[in-house]
Amino acid sequence: MSSVAAEYLPILIFLGIAVALSCVFVGLPVLVSNLTGTNQPYDAKLAEYECGFPAFEDARRQFDVRFYLVAILFIIFDLEVAFLFPWAVSLGATGVFGWTSMMIFLGILTIGFIYEWKKGALEWE
Amino acid sequence: MQPIAESIGIAAPELVLATGAMVLLMLGVFRGNRSLHGLTYGGVIIYAIAGFALLGDAQSELAFDGLYIADDFSAYLKVLIFAAAAICSIIALPYLVRARSDKFEYPVLIMLGALGMSMMVSANDLLSLYIGLELQSLAAYVLAAFHRNEASSSEAGLKYFVLGALASGILLYGVSLVYGFTGTTDFRLLQVAVTETPAVGTVIGLVFILAGLAFKVSAVPFHMWTPDVYQGAPTPVAAFFASAPKAAAMGLLVRVCMDAFGGMMSEWQQIIAFMAIASMVLGAVGAIGQRSIKRLLAYSSINNIGFALIGLAAASELGISGVLFYMAIYLPMTIGAFLVVLSLRGADGRPLDTMNSLKGLSKTRPGLAIALLIFMFSLAGIPPLFGFWPKFAVFNAAIDAEMYVLAVIGVVTSVVGAFYYLRIIKLAYFDEPEGTVLPQESRVNGALLAGIAVFCSPLGLFLMGPITVAAARAARAMLTF
Amino acid sequence: MLAGIILLSGTAVILSRNPVHSVLWLILAFFNAAGLFLMLGAEFLAMILVIVYVGAVAVLFLFVVMMLDIDFAKLREGFVSYLPFGLILAGVLAAELIVAAMAAVVVGSPGEPVAPVIAAAADVSNTEALGALIYTKYAYVFQASGMVLLTAMIGAIVLTHRQRSGVKRQNIGQQVARRPEDAVIITKPGVGQGVEL
Repeated sequence: MSSVAAEYLPILIFLGIAVALSCVFVGLPVLVSNLTGTNQPYDAKLAEYECGFPAFEDARRQFDVRFYLVAILFIIFDLEVAFLFPWAVSLGATGVFGWTSMMIFLGILTIGFIYEWKKGALEWE
Repeated sequence: MQPIAESIGIAAPELVLATGAMVLLMLGVFRGNRSLHGLTYGGVIIYAIAGFALLGDAQSELAFDGLYIADDFSAYLKVLIFAAAAICSIIALPYLVRARSDKFEYPVLIMLGALGMSMMVSANDLLSLYIGLELQSLAAYVLAAFHRNEASSSEAGLKYFVLGALASGILLYGVSLVYGFTGTTDFRLLQVAVTETPAVGTVIGLVFILAGLAFKVSAVPFHMWTPDVYQGAPTPVAAFFASAPKAAAMGLLVRVCMDAFGGMMSEWQQIIAFMAIASMVLGAVGAIGQRSIKRLLAYSSINNIGFALIGLAAASELGISGVLFYMAIYLPMTIGAFLVVLSLRGADGRPLDTMNSLKGLSKTRPGLAIALLIFMFSLAGIPPLFGFWPKFAVFNAAIDAEMYVLAVIGVVTSVVGAFYYLRIIKLAYFDEPEGTVLPQESRVNGALLAGIAVFCSPLGLFLMGPITVAAARAARAMLTF
Repeated sequence: MLAGIILLSGTAVILSRNPVHSVLWLILAFFNAAGLFLMLGAEFLAMILVIVYVGAVAVLFLFVVMMLDIDFAKLREGFVSYLPFGLILAGVLAAELIVAAMAAVVVGSPGEPVAPVIAAAADVSNTEALGALIYTKYAYVFQASGMVLLTAMIGAIVLTHRQRSGVKRQNIGQQVARRPEDAVIITKPGVGQGVEL
């Protein structure tokens, strides 16, 4: 049980060091500037910078629904690809049956792909 | 492991539907929305082929390593599901064309939904149960929002989706609990694993599974989506929701309870009995103040599900065959009632949905009024009509199982329910007409309406023999395998 | 510890006022769930959880959150009026649970699995073991999930795809098939004459 987790120890240490270092790099200047008194914010300094103009609109504006369509189609094919990994690893054990099984699965999704393509859902404009 | 070719042969109806749906999709996408009519009737042919695939040897068979079961029980329900799906895709045609949402995906989605339902009633494993349920629900969410330019339809789709996803989550949680405590998802093995003194985790798992399924049959207290979704969804879609998925989920509920958790009968019997009583009472009382016919029919379907659950609560062969018989009659009654709503159009051609639009229907559209009369009396369960017999069958089963309280509450609520059905009749026959109602626009729909009305009328009693025999056989197949 | 963080961040998802913060909390919950899978030895599931949920689903959530024009003050208005109904529902569910648990003998058998979970062979990795089952024993469910994905595709397109009219598209085939004769006219206008197009 713990053996699998233990294999990930190096990457965990690596990540830990990376996080610690980046915290130091970000935190240290902030801390130093606060302590030494060079941190003197005023309105113009805090305003968001947009090529010298005052900001035109809220950054949180509505997205077009088309982004959503692209994202959801991406997820569906993402899942399809996710199924390919264990299939590829175990193909030796599952043999022809496993292969056929995956081909049918891919076939079903290819039908879906043709549908998308013909509907023009993959085109932006 | 059994040879795969054999498994595929046993699952032929699903194979036909899956291939059929993909073929229709491809035809549709290359031909465009003009092909809607062609695809719809093509779909009907596919349902017929899938129905023929059901014929053949009647013994119960497992396939795909016990994931799938084909027996009389599943065949009986599949016939109902395929018929309801075929009718619901035909009756939608004029509506879709008029509402300008005549997209060719409609029959394809209905067929994918029917595929999911057919997988549900053939599920012999919690995994295939879940996948079938998800397939059916996903198609249903899209159908509810099909009319996407109308806010009410989108709202219905969203509500259905959020609550449905919640129910699926609950169900899945129950499934994982059951698996964790028994170590299997196979119904056959569960039957052995689940004993009279189950582990607490298994009980909790069962409760969660029942809650998830109760949502799908819209039994109280998981009914709250029903009126909103039926009202907001396009009328033919609402007819579909009220018919085929109910039969499928009911079949699934019966199989899960009697088959997989047969050992825990005393536990689930209480829950089912509670749901039956609550559904009957709420369905009858909730419908009284409704102004919208579709909402009223939604409460009526909650009420009817309550009656059908009585049969399951009785947990006997008589009870199960009662449930099956009930579903066979309930489906045409409710489709017929929705078809009447579908045929109501005001002077400007827009669909009517208010109770007041029924006023004086006997003068403006006498034929439609007679059909309405038959459906309402039938839903109310007034003796000479067909709707009386299934109620009689489930009450009989309840009394046979010595559940007198359940039977008495059933009779009382059906009297309360008769009140609002009769109110509709009164509006149609004794009030003066308000505004005009346009004549039936589609001959096919008119013919279907007439056919279903004849089925529900006393003339349908000629069919009662074969249906009861089939229901009894199906119930026996489920219990003895 | 991981499970604790999941619960905490799950609560934070519901409680935080800003939906974007909710999504971020959700990502934290996903990461911790992946950690749980990893501890159970299910590496593949852990990685898939990170890739699919954190990588794709969370981004989708962010899209949706940004697509909705949310007025944060309005969001909180409905809460109180729905509260009683929600509580009733929760109460009913809890009551059913209690009823069922009472009916069961409370000290039931301590959950003897009939078919003990097959212990994975030590030399087979988790991914391989998974693959060996999905594509053979559970082929039926696997194909069915293919149909579910297909339905999801159709649904997404039916509900969100809009044919825009008056859009000029690039038609590569037409571009390539275009010959000089179609596009260019060679004329020799005389002096002082214009060119007729």
